Amino acid sequence: MLPADLTRSATALAAAVRARRVTARTAADHYLGRIAAHDDAVRAFLHVDPAVVRAQADALDARIARGDTAGALLGVPVAIKDNLCTTGQPTTCASKILADYRPPYDAHVVERIRAEGGVILGKTNLDEFAMGASTENSGVAASRNPHDLKRVPGGSSGGSAAAVAAGLAPLALGSDTGGSVRQPAALCGIVGHRPTYGALSRHGLIAFASSLDQVGPMALNLEDCTLLMAVIAGHDSRDSTSRPGGFDAAAARRDDALSGLRIGVPAEYHSDALDPEVRAAVRQLEDLAVGAGARLVPLSMPLTPYAIPTYYLVVTSEASSNLARFDGIRYGPRDEQQELAASYATTRRRFGDEVKRRIMLGTYALSAGYYDAYYKKALQVRARIGEEFARAFARCDVLLGPTTPTPAFPLGEKSDDPVQMYLCDVFTAPAPLAGLPALSMPCGKSKAGLPIGAQLQGPTGADARLFAVARALERRLALDLSPLEAPRGA
Amino acid sequence: MELEPTIGLEVHCQLATRSKLFCRCPADFGGLPNSRTCPVCTAQPGTLPVLNQRALELALAAGHALRCTIRETIKFDRKNYFYPDLPKGYQISQFDQPLCEWGELEFEAEKGRSKVAKIRRIHLEEDAGKALHPDGLACSLVDLNRAGVPLIEIVGMPDLASPSEASAYLQALRRTLRFAGVSECDMEKGSLRCDANVSVRPKGQPELGTKVEVKNINSFRNVERALMFEIARQSEVVARGEKVVQETRSFRDSEGTTVSMRRKEDAHDYRYFPDPDLPLFDVGRARIDAARAALPEGFAARRRRYQGDWGLSEYDARVLTEEPAIAGFFDATVAAGLAPKAAANWIQGEVLAFLGETRGEFEQLRIAPAALHALVRMEEQGELSHQAAKKVLRRMLETGDSAAAAAQALDLVQIRDSGALAGTIDAVLAAEAKIVGDYKGGKETALNALLGRAMKATKGKGDPNLIKQLLLEKLGKPGG
Repeated sequence: MLPADLTRSATALAAAVRARRVTARTAADHYLGRIAAHDDAVRAFLHVDPAVVRAQADALDARIARGDTAGALLGVPVAIKDNLCTTGQPTTCASKILADYRPPYDAHVVERIRAEGGVILGKTNLDEFAMGASTENSGVAASRNPHDLKRVPGGSSGGSAAAVAAGLAPLALGSDTGGSVRQPAALCGIVGHRPTYGALSRHGLIAFASSLDQVGPMALNLEDCTLLMAVIAGHDSRDSTSRPGGFDAAAARRDDALSGLRIGVPAEYHSDALDPEVRAAVRQLEDLAVGAGARLVPLSMPLTPYAIPTYYLVVTSEASSNLARFDGIRYGPRDEQQELAASYATTRRRFGDEVKRRIMLGTYALSAGYYDAYYKKALQVRARIGEEFARAFARCDVLLGPTTPTPAFPLGEKSDDPVQMYLCDVFTAPAPLAGLPALSMPCGKSKAGLPIGAQLQGPTGADARLFAVARALERRLALDLSPLEAPRGA
Repeated sequence: MELEPTIGLEVHCQLATRSKLFCRCPADFGGLPNSRTCPVCTAQPGTLPVLNQRALELALAAGHALRCTIRETIKFDRKNYFYPDLPKGYQISQFDQPLCEWGELEFEAEKGRSKVAKIRRIHLEEDAGKALHPDGLACSLVDLNRAGVPLIEIVGMPDLASPSEASAYLQALRRTLRFAGVSECDMEKGSLRCDANVSVRPKGQPELGTKVEVKNINSFRNVERALMFEIARQSEVVARGEKVVQETRSFRDSEGTTVSMRRKEDAHDYRYFPDPDLPLFDVGRARIDAARAALPEGFAARRRRYQGDWGLSEYDARVLTEEPAIAGFFDATVAAGLAPKAAANWIQGEVLAFLGETRGEFEQLRIAPAALHALVRMEEQGELSHQAAKKVLRRMLETGDSAAAAAQALDLVQIRDSGALAGTIDAVLAAEAKIVGDYKGGKETALNALLGRAMKATKGKGDPNLIKQLLLEKLGKPGG
């Protein structure tokens, strides 16, 4: 067992392994034990191979025994969303069409974690191909929110968020296309960051909507999130959309970020649809910031409601093309028929309903005669949304608002109504359309004990500043950010 | 009603890069099936394309060689369709913003009449793999070695008026691209592929007739065959009073006919859209200009130079510009110091004859331009007779020996030592007293007979001029 202080902080765990206070193997066994004890209830993981995990930890301990203690994540297990390629473990996107697929290579971010002494703990559940906001679209099973097992953990990176919140992993990677890191982070009471588009390499991230997909770090607190972000950020020549330059971890740890900070508060983020408890928690955070020397800048961002229709046209169009490769010819199961077209059709029936729905929508939006009215129009609105953000950031440094309209909702509540599910993205979809960084942090709990998340958004490249602001707020909030001892509401 | 055809060609040509367009796999022809593949070109989930900069340079070279307007920003689009040889389910191509537009190609439409055809556009794209359907096998096989190989598609305007013009255009296009170093343009290896758009209309009618696209024209010979058949077929349709159907047809080599593949209403909707994995890329004025500056001299310019500056015949100039390797070798030989006419004669005569006999490629030539020059200098300096020089060159071509080494090996270096020849001549004069008598009697031609005897006595190695001079010294004037 790990000492309690090490289960609250991945940063402390790495330091303890480096100082040889604990072994990498002890840390790995601790989390494997937690998974064995609690994951039947949480269902955060799709694949965990204890032998593979222990082998990584033992190799690290052997290296440490030789005196080599290099690595920012030395001995720290990291859970990986199952749409990121890993050698030695399956990568399935929670889809039956990729059942048992084993990639021949590691994603860039996975390479980085291994290079810094991290241990790949296992692959976490998601909505199939990251399409959803609850993990209920997983082709395997829905994950549960460890704060209330009858509720969703959010999605699509719900497995990663639930794993961190339940203490099944100290750190996790998710991916965020329209909110898939931030929304589950908010619903599970952890920190999740969506980087500036291109700040992290997408090499090895199985594409859903290429122009919006970004890998994102998830952690219990800002310090741990900074640690992971610093490891995985940076340029990669294998991704043509990768940006030069890395993540300024020192700037992310500055403690004077609130002084003189101009915080934009768009009226549209506080519409009537917002849950009163969420509103109250965000207002309290605003007050805290003002008390620490920040200034609130009231704004209007009237294009906010257009983000969702725009987002769903862009992502479905790109997805219809990105998912064409799952044809059963080169990998994945194949349902062979006499005719080629029939083989394709039968094989692709393995996609779940939501994936099929999006492929059909996107195929339609790109087809001759409809392209101008849908896809092209969406690109035009997308550009306007970017301009609206630019105008806002001329007047403020960051935007503050709720991450989600409500705390975690019960399993099954929205799963038969795709439009209700799409509306979960109302606050998280705009930033990806503009390629902007956005971070969700815990800012309180509802009376029912459900976590509430606040979202900070910044201009392009302002990732480190968002971290610094969030860090200052986190300190003043002084919430208990420990992982749950056991899942609740069984 | 007299009908006239209108033809435009769409030519795909494989760029002469070492690696594929969006990954680092080798791009050359052949190899065991699927041996030249990686996660990117087999479309493993999560992989991303990165543009091969050399391919871009070669596409720019093609644009300059065909006098196109070149875009400073490069944009790639996805062309979506399903087929087992297309790993991603889409081909990365360029749709609405091709790299090059509005160029032209001058070609010899018929002997002595040149014509300029307009190029509509040139765009960069990746090739698909190959689906194989072996006889006796219940399944198809897919080879992805070719998947991702860089291509340019050169779309010509419908400016060609006959099958022979189309063939001449294609030959000129091929030669232009080969001289620009853009592509091997080898139809047998598939590095040059040609589709034709063809229609017929009443002579003098300004509007074009209904267009039919003919695919699978896989050799130069078939360009004319396919077009002649298709024009005749369309003309018959019109003659019967029917309408030509807009469709895509496939050429059948064995029968020399075209058969319908798909009609307009069955045409694919490729759902082109900008590839989000490849952001707009600024090529830059400087790079475009550098590609122009680096463009090798074209074959037409070389012909003009060979005829105008160096006084070669049109025929010589044409033969020497048949292939870039020949022209390059010729220029290098002249640069090494050999007179253009002499260089032209040797290359056209012996060198090309040798390659013809041995079915060799000029690229595999075993001698350097300087070696050819050294050989000719040996002849000029009298060390080799002309006949001997030809034999020596042959050996050089076969073995890669230097001129001196080959001459030595063949024992063909001329004897130019008067002391060494004097004895031989004395012996000949002694043995051929009758001929000597004839000469002394005034028969001038007898000297040639003596020269022949002396040459034979030296096994052909004696320098004939020197022998003649020595004979004259010994015999004096005829009749004297």
